[in-house]
Amino acid sequence: MNNILAIAKKELHYYFGSPIGWVVIGLFTTLFGLFFLPGLSFFLQQSLSVMSMGAGAPPMNVNQHLIGPSIGNMAVTLLLVLPIVTMRTFSEEKRSGTIELLLTSPITDVEIIFGKFIAAMGLYAAMLAATLIPIVALYAFGTPEWKPLLTTYLGIFLFGGCFISLGLFISSRTKNQIIAAMWTFAMFLMLWIINWGASFMGPMSQAVVNYLALVDHLEDFTRGIIDTEHLIYYLSFIAFGLFLTVRSMDSERWRG
Amino acid sequence: MIEVKDLTKRYGPITAVDNISFRVERGEILGFLGPNGAGKTTTMRVITGYMPPTEGRVIVAGFDVLDQPIDAKKRTGYLPETPPLYPDMTVRDYLLFVAAIKNVPRVNRKAKVDQTLERARVTDMADRYCWKLSKGYRQRVGIAQALIHDPDVLVLDEPTAGLDPKQIIETRQLIKDLAGDHTIVLSTHILPEVSQTCQRVVIINKGQVVAVDTPDNLTAQVGNSEVVYLKIDTLGTNVTPTLAAVPGVTNIFTTETNGTVVSFQVETQQGDDNRQQLAAAVINQGSGLLELRPMQVSLEEVFLSLITEEAPEESVLEGNHE
Repeated sequence: MNNILAIAKKELHYYFGSPIGWVVIGLFTTLFGLFFLPGLSFFLQQSLSVMSMGAGAPPMNVNQHLIGPSIGNMAVTLLLVLPIVTMRTFSEEKRSGTIELLLTSPITDVEIIFGKFIAAMGLYAAMLAATLIPIVALYAFGTPEWKPLLTTYLGIFLFGGCFISLGLFISSRTKNQIIAAMWTFAMFLMLWIINWGASFMGPMSQAVVNYLALVDHLEDFTRGIIDTEHLIYYLSFIAFGLFLTVRSMDSERWRG
Repeated sequence: MIEVKDLTKRYGPITAVDNISFRVERGEILGFLGPNGAGKTTTMRVITGYMPPTEGRVIVAGFDVLDQPIDAKKRTGYLPETPPLYPDMTVRDYLLFVAAIKNVPRVNRKAKVDQTLERARVTDMADRYCWKLSKGYRQRVGIAQALIHDPDVLVLDEPTAGLDPKQIIETRQLIKDLAGDHTIVLSTHILPEVSQTCQRVVIINKGQVVAVDTPDNLTAQVGNSEVVYLKIDTLGTNVTPTLAAVPGVTNIFTTETNGTVVSFQVETQQGDDNRQQLAAAVINQGSGLLELRPMQVSLEEVFLSLITEEAPEESVLEGNHE
């Protein structure tokens, strides 16, 4: 456990001791703000027109009509940002030779991988926390429900965890950070759009691609539902990514 | 302290290290000598547990590096060819991190780092960022990193490569100071380094051990004759017969003629020191003796003769698998 923390601390030192962590957080929140602001304006306009319709019309819901779509947009931003967070995790150690220090120290591969995963999740959590600022501000003017908000953030946190675990694996396969980022981006874009052609497929393959589609599992979380199906999907995806990373490090070791 | 038994390492079809065996005793400095691409780095990487052997066993401080890697690694310090520094960390932060992953107990870490900075003589750079360090300091921080957990075994891959002459001398002295407490294996392709720092030498070429001995024995082994260099102003006379008449002389070569000044290499039987007789013979004959000195067979020659003698039939090109 101490070893995991030592590695995580070193990684966080890298993220926050250099501009990288701050630039990632800054750009990510800026992009989020740019999605959020028009969303907010549109929501206000709609609310006004609903109100003018009188008592019969259904009220607008902040969670469903503002926060939910904003998080959807955030997922798109993550597609671009998270590969940048994970691309260097192993590639840079390999290129600079510091991997020799890690692999000849009395720590296990699993400890190294967990340490790096925890640190990347830490940076990601900080990114998400920064996006809470405009959302928390909504409480000054209204009463959004906090439970769906919590499940939404749980969902997006796990969703990003999938990116990070697979990103670690891809980074462990190459010395080149750019290649690692490109692969990570491409893999997730593929998993995103895998079911776009589902309606042209047979029922069996349709079920498979629909299950695999990464972003579809997010929807229930944004509605305030924690469905074990989606929870298990994300958790097993993360576990699988980490498992692949362990295997990859082991095979690199034997290959030399 | 280190036992390498029938170690073989293959990278796909390429055999980098081919069935080598040797032992290093406690407190010894062992030099690992060979041309580039001979398999030195590969062997060291197996000893340090960076990569597993294809065949054979390596036992470090009583632990098999494959079966008990964590125990073996706790007792090993390793300086790779490129010091494994994180550029965005200060030297002190870096060493604190290394101390943590090398299982130095949290309470002694600070003291241990200070002590190691002192030992590797980098205290004055403790708060610099690693990317700002000069090559010489990088190397020293690399050594500090290998020392921090007081390992029984230190493995240093070309510790003096790329340093300036003053730094080379300092680094060699540092290594000598470390011997005794630590068992040291260091690799190099620079021969004088071995004769100056190591008690025993393993010469490796094309993945095979060519010789294991002390530097002195290796030098003695190659020359079975001693050679004396003479520079004589012959004043036009022929001194060769005079030299040949000296007892013990087996062979004479003229190496350079410049007017009447002639240089000779005179071979005598091993163990015969007849420099006095040679000098007397030249002077009695009436020629001017300008220079007389024994020529030592250098490790360079030992090395070349060993690797050319053993030039193997198989011609597996190793490429850059260092």
